Amino acid sequence: MSFLEYAPAPESTAILNLRDSYGLFIDGEFVDGHGAAFATISPSTEKRIAEVACADASDVDRAVAAARRAYDRTWSRMSGADRGKYLFRIARLIQERARELAVAESLDNGKPIKETRDVDIPLVAAWFFYYAGWADKLEYAGLGSSPRALGVAAQVIPWNFPLLMLAWKIAPALAAGNTVVLKPAETTPLTALLFAEICQQADLPAGVVNIITGAGETGRALVSHDDVNKVAFTGSTPVGREIARAVAGTGKKLTLELGGKGANIVFDDAAMDQAVEGIVSGIFFNQGHVCCAGSRLLVQENVHDELVDRLKTRLSTLRLGDPLDKNTDIGAINSREQLDRIRALSDIGEQEGAERWSPACEIPSNGFWFAPTIFTNVSTSHRIARDEIFGPVLSVLTFRTPEEAVAKANNTPYGLSAGIWTEKASRMLALADRLRAGVVWANTFNKFDPASPFGGYKESGYGREGGRHGLAAYLEASGWQAPIESSPASPRSGRKARKAVAK
Amino acid sequence: MTIDHPVALAPADRAVRLLGGDLTEKALRLHLDGLTGVDAVGLEARAANLATRSIKTSSKAWALDTIISTCDLTTLEGADTPGKVRSLVAKAVMPDPSDPSCPRVAAVCVYGDMVPYAVEALGALHGDPDHGLVSVAAVATAFPSGRASLDIKIADTREAVAAGADEIDMVIDRGAFLSGRYGLVFDQIVAVKEACRRVDGSFAHLKVILETGELQTYDNVRRASWLAILAGADFIKTSTGKVSPAATLPVTLLMLEVIRDWNRLTGERIGMKPAGGIRSSKDAVRYLVTVAETVGEEWLVPHLWRFGASSLVNDVLLQRQKMTTGHYSGPDYVTVD
Repeated sequence: MSFLEYAPAPESTAILNLRDSYGLFIDGEFVDGHGAAFATISPSTEKRIAEVACADASDVDRAVAAARRAYDRTWSRMSGADRGKYLFRIARLIQERARELAVAESLDNGKPIKETRDVDIPLVAAWFFYYAGWADKLEYAGLGSSPRALGVAAQVIPWNFPLLMLAWKIAPALAAGNTVVLKPAETTPLTALLFAEICQQADLPAGVVNIITGAGETGRALVSHDDVNKVAFTGSTPVGREIARAVAGTGKKLTLELGGKGANIVFDDAAMDQAVEGIVSGIFFNQGHVCCAGSRLLVQENVHDELVDRLKTRLSTLRLGDPLDKNTDIGAINSREQLDRIRALSDIGEQEGAERWSPACEIPSNGFWFAPTIFTNVSTSHRIARDEIFGPVLSVLTFRTPEEAVAKANNTPYGLSAGIWTEKASRMLALADRLRAGVVWANTFNKFDPASPFGGYKESGYGREGGRHGLAAYLEASGWQAPIESSPASPRSGRKARKAVAK
Repeated sequence: MTIDHPVALAPADRAVRLLGGDLTEKALRLHLDGLTGVDAVGLEARAANLATRSIKTSSKAWALDTIISTCDLTTLEGADTPGKVRSLVAKAVMPDPSDPSCPRVAAVCVYGDMVPYAVEALGALHGDPDHGLVSVAAVATAFPSGRASLDIKIADTREAVAAGADEIDMVIDRGAFLSGRYGLVFDQIVAVKEACRRVDGSFAHLKVILETGELQTYDNVRRASWLAILAGADFIKTSTGKVSPAATLPVTLLMLEVIRDWNRLTGERIGMKPAGGIRSSKDAVRYLVTVAETVGEEWLVPHLWRFGASSLVNDVLLQRQKMTTGHYSGPDYVTVD
């Protein structure tokens, strides 16, 4: 056996103490759901992990009612400092249970333990710590002297970063004084349910956080529920559109984090080895299941061949396999459905004339897998240059001048992320100004921090998450009164209660 | 940059092949200045990422043996004596007296005046580490500062080679490099390489120490690596061990990237030696991972890869004993030198 094959180094699942079936977490307790329960499986083995309840419309009602009650009676009356204490407590519990959460996330999602351990879970804790600090400082958020919470937030999150997206949603909502009903994706409910246990462990007042599981139907019932004041969604652009339509005219506040087709722009003076690393983490991090992935590589024509060559050499060292092995770089695709989509779009790429390349790598017989793939000779009109693939597939295009780089990078219906690689800082700054993307990384990619706002332009959605800006999504600025009469469908009992205790 | 007239450099083969027949300081400078920069944050992130590889069971056993068999067991003290060197040699040929299956180290590394004692003590075991024997490496060229005239550096080198040194670890003139006199540094390396020639026409292997702790920036490390390779280095080496920081994983990764690029360009294989500051097995394994994933595991042989270390071997031996016996022993179960 060669050294580079590295003997197996699996993280043990013994740390997990999972139940065989999970109910819905409503009003501080696990209760049965009224929909047809479903199994959540491990995408790397297709083995069942646990059975999960499905919430129907009546369960959604119960959850929203619990959140409303908690908002009216407890959470909206609590001081910011006390809310902060709960959030700090949750953050510390997440750190204490970090290894367990990392293993659970890897198992349920298929992403490598290296990433859940070093990226997902530390960021989850960081997000709660960050917003815990904001809870008693909302008057400094730039939203007036006494910004007010919105009420009940309905939150629907995707499967690519299950617990991290939960943190992005719940931490600012709670810090701002809202209560939440959150629905995790049906393929990755596990860590959200463990988080429900953490809420119990933290003695969080019942009903402040409610977690209901289910598929699209559950999500639809949740976001269109009458007694919800705020809808936050992260996921695909088609679903985002549907939600925008459902919410239109109701007075509910809405933030959407949708798809992307990020351009990673590499100039000929870039630090080449580091650019290669950035390209790899830009598109192969989390199997490319990243809305802000750098899925389009725009490389200056004179260094195209050399860069692609180096990239191929680097990809040959990526290790695909058991997500729980500490040396795995590329884990499993989250679901068969997603795998089919990646395969279909890749086949279209080939049919349209792009050149496909993957390193030699053994694909396990069970589970959903897709080898890291590079397409060269891609034109801007190819579908693999326009559609979000949401998988480990990179489309390589070229440019000759900074002007052309900007034009090509912006030539997409999306506008979530972009990357610039150059050793020339003046060019970096000038270019960043002209890219229509919510996040522009320079000489790095896919770096997240709770203090930094994140969000998109155009079809990538609206609203910002993270940082001070992320609070705006969960607060109403003081000095501005919401037009209550225009939204009769939305009862304002919560807000009145809040007003009563406010000065 | 003011070069009034082209200054001719010693026509080292590699530089002539890459930069053209009329080798001048200007050509060298244009090449070194034209190298793309190094992004420090990205380089360090990559090194940190490589350090997360988890090397267990059979991979760990192989790694521990490889660390020993590619180690230059070193003593470079003013207080060194023939007796100390003999003791070092004894350890080099049998690192673990309790386990005859333990491989020998690659070389002993000593000051030039200690070479005869090392050669004598090795006796029949003196030879090519690729064949399981032990080489003698000598530091030369006014190690560790390099502050001496070229004549003295050459004499220093010649004497060590004549005494039987198989490998010469030279230091570059960091002062000259930092002040931009690349041609001077280049010519000195070429001259020392020439001084490595034995009477039969063969050469002692030349390791060029960049002393990266004094070069300060990664861009400088990359330039100095290219410069040393172009001038004829068989190995490039991070440090003397006398300056802090000595070897670090990011610096080693960067130098390996230059070695990889040179290999892509010419097919030639240059060796790499991180030295100083690597004390634990865990650290050393990270270096092996970095080699394997940057230039390829075929580099993990004594003629292309060395650790320069004095205390590392004992930690590796403890780990090795633990793997064999299943329990940890202690520092009294390995020899002090």
